[in-house]
Amino acid sequence: MRERILILLAGIAAGLLAHNLFIILLQLPDERLQGAVFRVIFFHVPDAWTAFLLFFAAMVASILYLATGNLRYDAFAVASTEVGLAFALANLVTGMIWGANIWGTPWTWDARLTSMLIGCLLYAGYLMLRHAVEDPTERAKNAAVLSIIAFADVPIIFFSIRWWRRMLHPEPVVWGGGFMSPDYWRMLFLNWAPLLLLAAVLLAIRMRQEEQQRELEALRRRAHAL
Amino acid sequence: MMRFLRQSLAVAAKDLRAELRTKEALNSSVAFALVILLLFSFAFEPTEDQTRQIAGGLLWLAFAFAGALILNRSFARELANDCLDALVAAPLSGAALFLGKALANFVLLLAVELIALPVFGVFYGVNWTRQLGPLMLVVVLGTWGMTVVGTLFSALTVNLRMRELMLPMLVYPVMVPALLAAIQLTSPLVMGQPLDGELMVWLRLLAAFDIIFTALTLALVETVLVR
Repeated sequence: MRERILILLAGIAAGLLAHNLFIILLQLPDERLQGAVFRVIFFHVPDAWTAFLLFFAAMVASILYLATGNLRYDAFAVASTEVGLAFALANLVTGMIWGANIWGTPWTWDARLTSMLIGCLLYAGYLMLRHAVEDPTERAKNAAVLSIIAFADVPIIFFSIRWWRRMLHPEPVVWGGGFMSPDYWRMLFLNWAPLLLLAAVLLAIRMRQEEQQRELEALRRRAHAL
Repeated sequence: MMRFLRQSLAVAAKDLRAELRTKEALNSSVAFALVILLLFSFAFEPTEDQTRQIAGGLLWLAFAFAGALILNRSFARELANDCLDALVAAPLSGAALFLGKALANFVLLLAVELIALPVFGVFYGVNWTRQLGPLMLVVVLGTWGMTVVGTLFSALTVNLRMRELMLPMLVYPVMVPALLAAIQLTSPLVMGQPLDGELMVWLRLLAAFDIIFTALTLALVETVLVR
């Protein structure tokens, strides 16, 4: 049953994506100043939103794990962080494609780029820490502490880098005073939907993997004990 | 509260005494900081103009590298003879144990920095004492930020196979705001510029980082230590 629901959700996400790509690539006009490459924004921006949402969810799950000791929360935290990292990297890569065309260079040490890179390094460190610890409860506990610290650090990093570097990045479209035509706006949210669905499906699959792996390890330990 | 502080100071005194008798972390850390200061002189022309721009970065990177050596030893030292288990089982809170260790690391790293600073002055021909008071304030705040976060990560990574590698990998990205603020403050201060105007923003950021992470690490350390 769970399998079917996941396949159904993935199917809906694929259908929506195909529909959105058709509109984005063939029906929306080029942006007046930036031309065709502007379309990257419909993936770039929702990717960042999804990544932040997932990192936030990972932090909440980590707190819940520390409060309850239930390893399901740990499975959710690691799944959420891994999928979030994938979306954060997609955000960086799409941004670099856009930058290579508009700025003439894929990378500048601008505030947003630098902050996102540090965020990616933090969460990559989280995954590395998990690999380095054998015992499941100790792994879960240490990872949860790191996840909470990482999420608390992200806003501080963001503001410190912002004072350090003048912003080259266009103002964010939400709360940033950037301007976008309503058609583009609608498309941005329309395209967020399949990406969110995709994230949810990946999260569910990864979480089940994590739980099965833990079960396997427990069985192996029992077999050894016998 | 008094009891908590007394316990922390006892742990700090124990760590400092053990370190002063062997000097294993202190010696390697000082030597490492000096090697880095030497290597940086190949990376750029140590003229006054260039030094002015990168003095802060140079010093704080040397401090951060040297600090990783001290932090690595902080909890690893307790692994032999199961001392860590004994400390955790001792009748003091995890927060007191952590604060004591953080204080000891702070004093050790500060000592390394106070040795490295005059050497920096000689190597790069900088009269760095012109703003001594504000500079010391920045050094103290920056070092506390580094050690309080670093000590928690020292506890987190103490049982890992690749401890020496994992600690800096994890802790440097977390330290970014503190390092950045300290670097931005140190470059002008070392060159004799007074602490005012735009620099106050960085000082406030540094102080905020220290407060936030002291509170956060003290709150989280109990779960890290009690296994």
